[in-house]
Amino acid sequence: MSEIIYNNKNTGMNPGVDNRKRSAKAFRSRKEETRYWILLITLFVLGSLATYGLLVYNNPVPMGSPSFVPIVKRRLTAIIAMIIAAVCQSLATVAFQSSTNNRILTPSLLGFEALYSTIHTSAMFFFGAGVFIKFRGVGPFLFQVAIMVIMCLILYGWLLSGKYGNLQLMLLVGIIIGTGLKSVSSFMRKLLAPSEFDVLQARLFGSVNNADAEYFPVAIPIVIVTAILLLAYSKKLNVLSLGKGTSTSLGVHHKSGVIYTLVLVSVLMSISTSLVGPLTFFGFLVATMTYQAVPTYDHRYVFPMALAIGFLVLAGSYFFMYHVFRAQGVVSIIIELFGGITFLVVMLRKGTL
Amino acid sequence: MYIKMRKNRMNKITGAENTQPQNCSNKTWTKSFALAVICVIMLGVVSLFTGVYDIKVQEDGLQMFFITRVPRTAALMLTGAAMSMAGLVTQLITQNRMVEPTTTGTIEWAGLGLVFVYLAIPAPTLMQRMAGAILFSFIGTMIFFLFLRKVKLRSSLIVPIIGMMLGAVISSISTFIGLRFQMTQNIQTWFVGSFAPVQIGRYEYLWLIVIINIIIFFYADRLTLAGLGEDVATSLGVNYNKIVILGTGLISAAVGIVAAVIGNLPFLGLIVPNIVSMYRGDDLKSNLPWVCVLGMGAITLCDIISRTFIMPFEVPVSLILGTVGAVIFIVILLKQRKL
Repeated sequence: MSEIIYNNKNTGMNPGVDNRKRSAKAFRSRKEETRYWILLITLFVLGSLATYGLLVYNNPVPMGSPSFVPIVKRRLTAIIAMIIAAVCQSLATVAFQSSTNNRILTPSLLGFEALYSTIHTSAMFFFGAGVFIKFRGVGPFLFQVAIMVIMCLILYGWLLSGKYGNLQLMLLVGIIIGTGLKSVSSFMRKLLAPSEFDVLQARLFGSVNNADAEYFPVAIPIVIVTAILLLAYSKKLNVLSLGKGTSTSLGVHHKSGVIYTLVLVSVLMSISTSLVGPLTFFGFLVATMTYQAVPTYDHRYVFPMALAIGFLVLAGSYFFMYHVFRAQGVVSIIIELFGGITFLVVMLRKGTL
Repeated sequence: MYIKMRKNRMNKITGAENTQPQNCSNKTWTKSFALAVICVIMLGVVSLFTGVYDIKVQEDGLQMFFITRVPRTAALMLTGAAMSMAGLVTQLITQNRMVEPTTTGTIEWAGLGLVFVYLAIPAPTLMQRMAGAILFSFIGTMIFFLFLRKVKLRSSLIVPIIGMMLGAVISSISTFIGLRFQMTQNIQTWFVGSFAPVQIGRYEYLWLIVIINIIIFFYADRLTLAGLGEDVATSLGVNYNKIVILGTGLISAAVGIVAAVIGNLPFLGLIVPNIVSMYRGDDLKSNLPWVCVLGMGAITLCDIISRTFIMPFEVPVSLILGTVGAVIFIVILLKQRKL
């Protein structure tokens, strides 16, 4: 289906080209395809270089000594967390932007972070510190991911169907619910005893370095399965990204397609949020860079590039901030800042929304 | 659906004009308005006598009454009026019902202004902080308005979404500066607006709001015309750009003063004008008193709740506003869709 569209586009662009030169591929020319693959491989190589650097560079003990392995192991946790965050955020943002047919909004707007902190705060608030400390491990992790997904499902199902049936309305309601939940949870936090608050605060402060390796055996399979489902769905996504009218006339059930995508997106987002904490503009930054780097709309090519860029941005900036500028602790804020500035620039350069 | 609503409004307005053609502003003083005023006065009295310190029994009760209770109640009334009127004027200028200082990023800009003032001056006075907040919120609101005029929008709902994302960008810049110069705590305390520190000597700048209110009242008709759009306003003899700049100035002055003295108060400017215009239509001049009074009442009620909820202590009022406001906002949104 998507091939037909690109084919049409091609004929529109070069009306004089004869039939033999027409291509039904995602790329307009062989040159673009080669450039895509070269860029993708370069990015992956750079990403692995940054990974290697993060793992062994500036290791205080020489290689081969017995304490070398534990240090690498400890750093490996951060790398795995970065990979998970990159996969989740970049895939989720690209899929979200395609299915909602815009390139400005991101799924992090939908209040996952607020929901996450509300779940933890209410666990502390209603059941006390004794239960709260036990509220970790695999079971509660799955429980909280499930709650986030169910909430999103209710929101999407309710607002995308029936009399409301409007994507922007859904987004706005999502943002407002996020703001409201933020107020509710900080309200509950005000009522906690200071000692309970301390315990809670430690939990809510998520970052790549703070990620709990305990959750990896659960999180990794879920992320892999969801990512594969999304990749397998890319042909449908190609159609969905054309908007409601076009995709319906091309034979794709728009509403169910969007809801399916959004559920996968919410799974990815909730895992990323509960593992490394909130990242508002990282996904936006990655998606925007990806659209610049990939000369096609075909998601089978967009997704891998998004992955490569997402990981390189995370690993690269951590490496430079840690070992070149020696500014630890501000990395995620700097990424967010860059993402935010990109957002402003993109918004102003675009004529319509 | 919008046409229907507008027709209703037109009917209401023309109906009122038929009965009282000479004096339009008179129709504000109906029985229900008097009732609302009485309710707000009663809330004010309740607010005067709510608190842990028993002013009737203690011997310095009267003194305490004038040091903290009276300023607090006055501050509540003034900020309630200021925030809801700022919301109303923003909605008129942008021709969008879902816009107010929290959804245009104005408040975040004010916060950024405060951060810069703390950076530039080691121990800034309230006046300096206020000036910074007002200046930055003016710049920010102007940027947002310019953006709205430059960009073609497919849906009116996208405006608050963009505004909130803009706000998130601005607040991430503030957080970055805050972390760099160890001022996060300042920002965080600022971001939860509370009336707890209000007492004599700390709130007097809020009285400037009265002047702003008078100016808004004076320019109400012209602001209403500006709300009809640039073309209509110009053909009716209004200098559109001048009115927009004036309106933005008034909004940012109100928001800046409140931001410097009290802090962030979400959603107030959105809910109150929407509720008023749901029942009364869009005439700014006759709605202004209503918006003022309802804004005062809403924030006083929230503050009383915040003081009595965990009695010896108190919860910042912005948390209650945020919680209740979010729910009401969603209800308003969905109700408008249903019509």
